[in-house]
Amino acid sequence: MSKAFDQSITKALENPNLGGILDRWNYPATRAKAYEGVDFEALRGEISAIKGEAAGHLPELADQFQKSAEARGAKVFRASSPQAVLDYILGICQSKGVKKVAKSKSMASEEIHLNKFLAEHGIQADETDLGEWIVQLAHQTPSHMVMPALHLTKEEVAEIFSQEVKRPLSPEIQGLVKVARKELREKFFEADLGVTGANIAIAETGTLVIMTNEGNARLVTTLPKIHVAIVGIEKLVPRFADAAPILRALPKSATSQLITSYVSMITGPVPNDDGTMKDLHIILMDNQRTAMAADPEFKQALQCIRCASCLNVCPVYRLVGGHVFGHIYTGGIGTILTAWFNELKTTEDIQGLCIGCGKCNEVCPGKIDIAGLILELRRRLAKKEGLSFIQKSALQIINNRKVFHAMLRAASIAQKPFAKDGFIRHLPMFLSNLAEHRSLPAIAPKPFRDLFPEIRQPKGGGKVAFYAGCAIDFVSPKVGVAVVKVLNQAGLEVIFPQEQSCCGIPHWASGANEMAALAAAHNLGPLLAEDVEYVVTACATCATALKKEWPHLLQQQGMGGLVPKAEAVAAKTVMFTELVAKLIQEGRLTPKDGMELQSVTYHDSCHAKRHVGIYKEPRAALSAAGFDLREMNESDTCCGMGGSYTVKQPELSMGMLKRKLDNAEQTGAQYLCAECPGCLIQLGGGLDKRGSQLQAKHPAELLEDRFKDPGDTEG
Amino acid sequence: MYELFKTRAEAAGGLVHRFPTGAEALEFLLKSLEVEGTPAVWAGGSFLEGCAEQLLGAPIPGLALSVTRENAKGARVGITQMDWGIADTGTLVQDASGVEQRLASTLPWTHIALLPTRNLVPDLATLLTKVDPARSRYLTFITGPSRTADIERVLAIGVHGPERVIVICIDDLEGGRP
Repeated sequence: MSKAFDQSITKALENPNLGGILDRWNYPATRAKAYEGVDFEALRGEISAIKGEAAGHLPELADQFQKSAEARGAKVFRASSPQAVLDYILGICQSKGVKKVAKSKSMASEEIHLNKFLAEHGIQADETDLGEWIVQLAHQTPSHMVMPALHLTKEEVAEIFSQEVKRPLSPEIQGLVKVARKELREKFFEADLGVTGANIAIAETGTLVIMTNEGNARLVTTLPKIHVAIVGIEKLVPRFADAAPILRALPKSATSQLITSYVSMITGPVPNDDGTMKDLHIILMDNQRTAMAADPEFKQALQCIRCASCLNVCPVYRLVGGHVFGHIYTGGIGTILTAWFNELKTTEDIQGLCIGCGKCNEVCPGKIDIAGLILELRRRLAKKEGLSFIQKSALQIINNRKVFHAMLRAASIAQKPFAKDGFIRHLPMFLSNLAEHRSLPAIAPKPFRDLFPEIRQPKGGGKVAFYAGCAIDFVSPKVGVAVVKVLNQAGLEVIFPQEQSCCGIPHWASGANEMAALAAAHNLGPLLAEDVEYVVTACATCATALKKEWPHLLQQQGMGGLVPKAEAVAAKTVMFTELVAKLIQEGRLTPKDGMELQSVTYHDSCHAKRHVGIYKEPRAALSAAGFDLREMNESDTCCGMGGSYTVKQPELSMGMLKRKLDNAEQTGAQYLCAECPGCLIQLGGGLDKRGSQLQAKHPAELLEDRFKDPGDTEG
Repeated sequence: MYELFKTRAEAAGGLVHRFPTGAEALEFLLKSLEVEGTPAVWAGGSFLEGCAEQLLGAPIPGLALSVTRENAKGARVGITQMDWGIADTGTLVQDASGVEQRLASTLPWTHIALLPTRNLVPDLATLLTKVDPARSRYLTFITGPSRTADIERVLAIGVHGPERVIVICIDDLEGGRP
């Protein structure tokens, strides 16, 4: 990570306005209200089908659009590069004597830096969208695709406007808006040419669809005699009726509105107020979009409708805002678009902002796997630029089970001067910032693999294999012991294949898929050695590997022969709480009577909730075992752990942790529970550091004394 | 459908009234003009044509029946006749290919929109089956007043378009292009 980038994150975190505004808006709640009574999954299925179809036929749709629009009198220009767009617009300005341009919001025009180019040629271009105008006057770039000036306070806006109108203005929002109305009204009237973007371009009819709330696009397309629309070709849809689902979803996802105040559908030129016809130019801009469409992985990114909901829910964006992304498009989708519209190398730093929590995927109306595509960028960067020596060596060591486990045992001894009660609270010198806001976990004196043979288990019932994962094995072996105890209470015998090692997720998350596939391959044999009813994991991250990623990884890395084995493991793998809920339902586990009622708030780990879809089961198991569940605000927002993220982006990680712990503490519960040892390291360390009464616990720890022994149930 | 339209349009910040006859609607319209103030511009439509004689018989001071960019810019009130209404979003829809329709509904502080009640449709998808973009080259959809939340996510009304939108639904009015 570059130093300048590091500093931009620190600066953004120090700006309280960036973090505060999206929180005050409370987007998740307002969005949910806007979607009330709407089947979001069906709607986004419709949109992704329409946009996916369009992405597969961009050249044909562009041809059809051109034909339809030209038949109605519009001039259509097809541009492959930003420079071609700029030259075309300059040509119009020069031939028509245009001196002043009024613009409504257009990200495509930002993408090609139109204003700067026109200014260099003596043409004044004024933004008329309030947020864009503020950003233009401040000589900045938009920090958000829908709300460009989100990063500025009313005080800052008052200062910017005061300079423009040359009189002092008070920081009162309604008043500032009226100042903008008055100033910009004249600019609409004076402009010789209006520039817009388009939200949708309909090939069948040659129609442009433009949505605004302020009404500026209506004025920009009505008062000047020339209208130039700059349209990225990903805005094309085949049919007129295709506009409906996009018009339904975009305002709900973007601003939690049922519809924007204004929608204009323009099909060819209409008369101006002096009786002449509008001079309508539509520029269909490619700028890497067809190259993107030809890439089987990234084609789906063209399903984006630019609602920016992936920014609004992103735990990282919510802490630092848009400017750390460094380019025009910000947030999750912005990281992907920047890699294509600029070049892959430019995203080297910003792809590292993504913690991979997948919140964006959940809300994307284009049904894009945003988190997956950012990971794919990381993989390509790792392949092209190579991993750092330290990162590569670390990942290689993890893949060598004997060396890795020997190192962990050595660390358990070496850490002794710093460790107490399972935590490391202070570290010397340059390592000190790692333990600044969160105590670090200590490596356990004896790993689970050494404790396991000492556990006495019932024989003769069914068998399950336990996949512990590194964290339970070496950091929290007592969780493993609790898992065995609970499953024994259901009469199941647990086996622990000693040859098991790391699941490969750390490699996968670093873009080192070939090493991840090797990790997968190493584990298949041990896990399939004995005929077991289930493979149980009590780690959501490992569950992601076993249940979901191993078959893909092996296929992708040329080890297709192992896919059937990986699929066999995937079919048998269950998360611990998933199995417990099932065993309770089947009557194989019976909660004890008369247990003390204790309260718990449940944190959904990103891997459990969004990768393997386990979030009802742990709640069902805990409730059945007599726990009072107290839901926290945003229970499924990332805690900031993200594996090595907490080391690579410590400041962001701690920002996310703080919010999570605040939300958890507000419930007043006794326990903060998560079925992910990684999350528990983060949560437990944070709680220890702030001296909280709340205790972080794995569900297995909470459940271990809650069920009757098999003998008891018979009696 | 009218009730849903009214609920949704008012939730978006508009005001909705309904009258059985054109005569009652006209009476309300003229009273509204007194409240909202003049100058006002009226951008034509079948309703205006129907009552033009009545209006021309006793011209309303400050009300212009032809719209230019200059008089619309200075107007307090702009009156237009809409073609359709969408119930589930409270949206007004108009073939605004005639520039005077857009000038009158965008530039003034108050927009008074006349709507044949019978031209309400349940939702956007239905509306799209009723309109033909080849004939209606500039289709306008209006839902409530002009708004922004670009400064600190705080809602402000009346940025570039009207601050107030008053919808008058008229039951016996024909019009629109089904």
